[in-house]
Amino acid sequence: MAQKIELLKQKIKVFLKYKTLLNELVVRDIKVRYRKSVLGLLWTVLNPLLMMCVITVVFSTLFRQNIPNFPIYYLAGSLIFSFNSEATSNGLYSIIGSASLIKKVYIPKYLFPISKVLSALVNLGFSLVAMFVVMIVTGAPFHATLLLMPLPIFYVFLFTSGLSLLLAAATVYFRDIAHFWGVFVLAWTYFTPIFYPVTILPSFAMKIMQLNPMYHYVTYMRDVVLYGTFPGMKENLICFLIGAVTLLIGLWVFYRKQDRFVLYV
Amino acid sequence: MSVMIDVNDVSMLFNLSKERVDNIKEYLIRVAKRQLQFDEFWALKNVSFQIEKGDSLGVIGLNGSGKSTLLKVVSGILKPTSGTVITNGNVAPLIELGAGFDADLSARENIFLNGAILGYTHEYMEERFDDIIRFAELEQFVDVPVKNFSSGMTARLGFAIATMNVPDILIIDEVLAVGDFKFQEKSFARMKSIIDSGATVLFVSHSIQQVQQMCNKALWLEHGHVRMFGDAQEVCAAYSQE
Repeated sequence: MAQKIELLKQKIKVFLKYKTLLNELVVRDIKVRYRKSVLGLLWTVLNPLLMMCVITVVFSTLFRQNIPNFPIYYLAGSLIFSFNSEATSNGLYSIIGSASLIKKVYIPKYLFPISKVLSALVNLGFSLVAMFVVMIVTGAPFHATLLLMPLPIFYVFLFTSGLSLLLAAATVYFRDIAHFWGVFVLAWTYFTPIFYPVTILPSFAMKIMQLNPMYHYVTYMRDVVLYGTFPGMKENLICFLIGAVTLLIGLWVFYRKQDRFVLYV
Repeated sequence: MSVMIDVNDVSMLFNLSKERVDNIKEYLIRVAKRQLQFDEFWALKNVSFQIEKGDSLGVIGLNGSGKSTLLKVVSGILKPTSGTVITNGNVAPLIELGAGFDADLSARENIFLNGAILGYTHEYMEERFDDIIRFAELEQFVDVPVKNFSSGMTARLGFAIATMNVPDILIIDEVLAVGDFKFQEKSFARMKSIIDSGATVLFVSHSIQQVQQMCNKALWLEHGHVRMFGDAQEVCAAYSQE
């Protein structure tokens, strides 16, 4: 036991040593993405706004759904979903994309996927600004439960980190995953109630929906942002457990495989 | 004297698959046909040695004798298949200059990024920023993206960052041939001063002359085995006679 604690202490010490690097990697991600664009960082706010406009126009004319407050309904769901899809899509390339570095310097390898998750988190933060703007413009009520928003974000952060670690490790051995993931995320987008209400689903589809982790996170987010309700203990437990278990599996697989990455990248 | 690097019975195995299997279909087919065979290649076999504080060890040998693999094992990039490596103190690997640069970022931003890769804080790099720029002779190009640098400029910047302080253990893989002859002299002098100030150095070179000038001990590798280990002059003399 004492040995395990010693090992953990060692791990934390190494992490603190590389805290600066994690910070630099996240800043680099954001800097490089918006370099040479005239509007720069403004795009992080503008992008979800424009997306929302398109979706709102499409779904209030072509496919009428009659969801009250549709722009907020859409944004609250899609911001959480995009965080996950952006982080995992970038995360799965993070190890093979850093091949030149991994082969030449020793760096704890989990820093690469985690930095992608963190830069997606920063993006999510900017996108929330866009959501607040829309809430003001559309005159949506500001519920006190908005203050609980960090909770669903924390849960989905656990889930996304675990998934990114898992994907990053798996992609080293099977490059197919990189091609497959784009399609999978598209299917996942449609199977998550982002621009439709769950009520339109037949009951058997609803049962399957319960197995979709993103369904729980998206619903949780809407409860606190849009409906001003605080989900019960059961829903909190489900969201937390999905996240924690995914993270543990991701860490376990990643740690078991990481010493051999350098031979395959 | 304290032991700084203890390499104990290290072996490193590489699987040389003829075609790399990295997609699932191929993998399943091979598993079904039981064709997942690899050619085994021992890059290092039962290598053991110790170096003490203040020693500078030159590693010599022909191409493919395992020199670079040994440096990568010591700096922790590769994990040995069997055996252990223990290093005491912080290791500064100079295996390839500018390995951590992002081409889209400027020299200024890359200094902080590269410093972070080596494990230094932002404030620490800020203190050394001017020294690095001056040593690399890049005063006019601080805010130019590194992708617009010549290869010599990139290498100079990488060298300046890696040698900005005196690490406990410095690992160098043939990087002294950087830049023009003036910069080579300058970098050689800096290496010398790092060694003189008591750092432990691990140095790979094809130049017997450089090893004789800089090192007090030498390790001769042949096909991954230790052929000879001992005083630099003796080992170099034996190596030259081959």
